[in-house]
Amino acid sequence: MLKIMAARLKQGHRTNRFPEVVPPMPDRFRGRPVLHPERCAEDCSACQEACPTAAITKPTPGTMALDLGRCLFCTACTEACPDHGLAFTDEFRLATGAREDLVLRQDETYQLARELGEKAMALFGRSLKLRVVSAGGCNGCEVDVNVLGTIGWDLGRFGIQIVASPRHADAVVICGCVTRNMELALRKTLDATPDPKLVIAVGACAISGGPYLDQEEQLGGAVGAGIPVDLLIPGCPPHPLTILDGLLRLLGKVKN
Amino acid sequence: MTTAALTNGSAIPLSAVPRLPFDQFQDHLVEACGGDHRLVCLCVGRGLEGYAVLAGTGGPALEVLRTTFPEPDFPSITPECPEAHLFEREIAEQRGLKPLGHPWLKPVRYHRAYNTGRDAWGRTGPILPGVTPFFRVEGSQVHEVAVGPVHAGVIEPGHFRFQCNGETVFNLEIALGYQHRGLEAALLCGPHRTTLKHMETASGDTTIGHAWAHCLAVEGLLDLQVPLRAGLIRAVALELERLANHTGDLGAIAGDVGFLPTLSYCGRLRGDWLNMTAVLCGSRLGRDLLKPGGVRFDVDTDRLADLRARLEATAADTANAVELMWNTPSVLARLEGTGRVIRAQAENLGLVGPAARASGLRQDVRHDHPFGPYAEAEITLGHEDLGDVAARARVRWQEIQASVEFLRWALDVLRTLPEGPVAVPAPRALPPNHLALGMTEGWRGEIAHLAVTDDHGRFSLYKLVDPSFHNWTGLALALRGEEISDFPLCNKSFNLSYCGFDL
Repeated sequence: MLKIMAARLKQGHRTNRFPEVVPPMPDRFRGRPVLHPERCAEDCSACQEACPTAAITKPTPGTMALDLGRCLFCTACTEACPDHGLAFTDEFRLATGAREDLVLRQDETYQLARELGEKAMALFGRSLKLRVVSAGGCNGCEVDVNVLGTIGWDLGRFGIQIVASPRHADAVVICGCVTRNMELALRKTLDATPDPKLVIAVGACAISGGPYLDQEEQLGGAVGAGIPVDLLIPGCPPHPLTILDGLLRLLGKVKN
Repeated sequence: MTTAALTNGSAIPLSAVPRLPFDQFQDHLVEACGGDHRLVCLCVGRGLEGYAVLAGTGGPALEVLRTTFPEPDFPSITPECPEAHLFEREIAEQRGLKPLGHPWLKPVRYHRAYNTGRDAWGRTGPILPGVTPFFRVEGSQVHEVAVGPVHAGVIEPGHFRFQCNGETVFNLEIALGYQHRGLEAALLCGPHRTTLKHMETASGDTTIGHAWAHCLAVEGLLDLQVPLRAGLIRAVALELERLANHTGDLGAIAGDVGFLPTLSYCGRLRGDWLNMTAVLCGSRLGRDLLKPGGVRFDVDTDRLADLRARLEATAADTANAVELMWNTPSVLARLEGTGRVIRAQAENLGLVGPAARASGLRQDVRHDHPFGPYAEAEITLGHEDLGDVAARARVRWQEIQASVEFLRWALDVLRTLPEGPVAVPAPRALPPNHLALGMTEGWRGEIAHLAVTDDHGRFSLYKLVDPSFHNWTGLALALRGEEISDFPLCNKSFNLSYCGFDL
C-alpha cells in the first residue's frame, strides 16, 4: 500500500490542459496542408501521380484541391513536388461536419465542424457516450481513440465516455474502411443504438476507404457505405488532439 | 540440392530455387518440422506455384522450397506437422485446393478464392463471415457463449465461440476475417504507389515492423546497401514500437485483474513512448519514417539529446509503474497459472514472439536471422518457461528492459556516427523472376514477407505473415480449462492483431 502511494506521488498529475492549453506538438507533425498552386509549373502533375489515394486534383490551371478525407498526411506529394506547391503545417484542427468541407482549396476558409443544434446540444452537450466500432481499421485509429480515455487526456472531464454497448451510446464512432465482412455487424450496431444518435467517422479509411479505397472487399468507409455522418475527423491516423478537438467542437466546448 | 538457402533481407533468382516434385516438397517439410526447423511460411501463388520457408537453428540462413501444387486437392500434412494447419486452410481458401485429411478445414478470412471458380467448401452463394460449423460440446450441463464481432472495448472485430460447463471453458474457437480488406490481392503487380501504405496499415500498431520487413524484401531484390545511420534509426523506431505496446499491454493486464495504478500509469506511458516516435518522424505510429533504401528523417544532435532525455524519464516511470504489479501478491495470484500454453504445444503450433519465449522457446528474429544493426547489437532475449499469463507478462517486462538498453546503445552510436545520407536511391523497377525474403521481430513476434517477381519485375506473389497468424491458435489453447471470466486477461497477454491476420 505504501509503495502504491509512493508511486502515485512519483507519477504525479499528467492530464494535459487542452483546450485551455494546447499540448506541444512534435516539430515534424504533419497537419493541415497549405496549397500554393500559383507556384506550380503549368503541366506539372507530380503530386497527383505520387499521391497514394488520388487526393489531389487540379481542376483548372493555377488551382488545386486536396481532399483531406482521402489524404494520408504522408510525404509523397511534398517529396515529389519540384516547386513547393504544397506543404504541411502544424495545424491539428481538421474535423468537419460535412464531407465536402474536407476538400481544401487555396484562398478558401476551411470550415471546421460546427456546434450541434440547440436540440442536440440539450441532449448531448453535457454527456456524450461513444460506442466505437472498428470495421476494417488497422488498429491505428482505434488506439488513438482509446488513448483519449487514459489519464493523459481524461476524456471523462468533458462528459464524454466510451461505453461497451450500443444501447448505452449516443454516438457511434466508426474506424476503418468498412469491409464487406463487417458491414452487417456495423449496421446492426447502428440499429441497436437508440435515436437520436450521432455518427462520427475517424480516419481516412472511415471517410473514404483510405489506402484501401480501390479494393472491392470494402465499401469506402462509413461515407461510402451511405451512413449519414455528423463529424468527420481526417488523418491516418488522426492525432488524439485532432480527435478530441473535433469532439469538443461538436459540443461547443471549443469554438475558435 | 533440393532447397535454396537465403539470408534475411536478400534475394535469389527464381531459377536458383529448385522446383521439387510435390511429394518430395511435403516430405521435406514434415521431416524438417519434425526436427529442429520451424515453418515460417507456406503459400501458393499464381499457376499454383507453392513456396515454403523454413527456419532452422543452425545459422542465420533460411531454407526456401518450391513446388507446383496438384489440382483440385492434395494430401494434408497437418496431422504430421500441426504448424502447417492454418497455412493449409489459407491455401484452401485462396486457391480452392482442398487439403485432404485436414482435421480442421474451415475458412480463414471468408472470401472467394482468387482467380478460380473453385471453392474448397463447395459454396456457391454469398460467403458470410463466421458462417461455419463450430466445434460443439454436447451435454445437458454444457452451454455455448458467443462473443463478437463487435466487442465491449475499443478493439478490432472477431468472433469467439466458447463451449462451457458452468464457468469452465472446454473449448474456444476463434473465427476471424471481419477485417479482410484484400491486402495481399492489392499488392499483386506492385509495387504500387499505395504499397508502402498497405504495409504500414497491415497491422497499424506494427507500422515499423511490417514496413521494415517490406523494405528488407525490396532492398534485397534491388541489392541495396542501406546506410548504417538509417538502419539504426529504423531500429530505434522498432524498439519504441515494442516499448509502447508492451507498456500498454502490461497496463491492460493489470487492468483486467482490477489493479488500477499500473493500468493508469502505463496508459499514459504508452503515449510517451509513442510521442518519442513522433519526435523521429511526426507520426506517433511511425508512419512515413521508412522507405525502401533507408529512412525519410534524420536525427541531429539536439533531437538525439531530446530522445535520450525522454528515454531515461519514461524508462524510470515505466519501471516504477510495472514493479508495483510484481510487488502485489494479489495481482500475481491472478496471473500465475492462468492461461497456460506448455512448451510442446507452443512448438507444435509454431508460436512466435513473446508468446513462444514465455513457453520456453528461444527464438527471436533479431537474434536468429539478424537484420539492420541487430547483427552488431546484443539483444537479451526474454525467457520464461511456464507459458502462463504471468510468464507472458514477465517476458514483455524483460523485453522492455532489453529495448531500453538497446536504445541507450543505439542513440549513443548515432551520436558518434559521422553525418551522412539516411537513404540510398531505390529504383522503382525490380529485377524480374527473383524471390526475396524480409523478416523482422515485431513486438508480437516474427514478421515474414516473401516477395516473388514476374517476367516484368512486378510482384507475382507477395505473402505477409503477421505473428498473429501463428499465435491465435495459442490463445484458443490457453483458454482450455480456464474460467471464461479470464478470457480478457488471457487475450490481453497475447494481444494479437485482427487486421494483421485478416489482411
